[in-house]
Amino acid sequence: MRYLTDRKRAVGLGAGGSGTQGHWQMMVRSMIMVILTPLFLITFGLGLGGTYEEALAYYSQPIPAIIIALSLIVGLTQLMHEANEAIEDYIHGVTEKLTLVATKALAYTLIVAGLFALVKLAL
Amino acid sequence: MADVNRGNRPLSPHIMIYRPQMTSISSIMVRMSGLALLVLAPLVVWWLLALATSESAFAVIDGLLRSWFGKLVLTGAIWALWYHTLGRLRHVIWDFGYCLDVNTSENMGRAMFIGATVLTVITILVV
Repeated sequence: MRYLTDRKRAVGLGAGGSGTQGHWQMMVRSMIMVILTPLFLITFGLGLGGTYEEALAYYSQPIPAIIIALSLIVGLTQLMHEANEAIEDYIHGVTEKLTLVATKALAYTLIVAGLFALVKLAL
Repeated sequence: MADVNRGNRPLSPHIMIYRPQMTSISSIMVRMSGLALLVLAPLVVWWLLALATSESAFAVIDGLLRSWFGKLVLTGAIWALWYHTLGRLRHVIWDFGYCLDVNTSENMGRAMFIGATVLTVITILVV
């Protein structure tokens, strides 16, 4: 019999080594995506398909720009964690750490590049 | 007590020899759709960056996305995004303690495939 509470025994365990925090954040993003996915698909679909000038005018408007900015932030963070979950499950050791870092670098670069484009379009 | 029988529990069979079921297939597909979307996400960012850069840069990616192959990829991406959203919604429902029995879970798996397909058709019709 060890004098540890069940909770303490669980701290730092799981494939990701971060207990339940990652799980709860995944839940939060999942709930946000239920609203954000249709908004993103509708606005991006409307932005796509026109001429260069039409697309420029469309993404200079606040609502399409805000929706796609939120989609980039929440969506890519979600996909980054999805990939990291898979990595934590199947890759181990130094390769795991390096792959996790590479995925994060890719996702954050995409987010910032997309936001930069939106800022330029808004100005 | 949580101390009981630690480290002496039956291991789950290897995924390759485990009989495929609606629950496992629909769950694996959530991961696959997420990974596919991460691979395709650069297309959206590329389109935005090109739009913010110049008309000639825009023409390249816009032409690519609007070619028949681009449309095929985008249709797949729309399906994957809907499927992933529904799959993650299923996890939220489970996490809140609902629909945990096998029958309902299998029905939710079926609903995810059907729902994603119906929503993809609606998306293409609307947009």
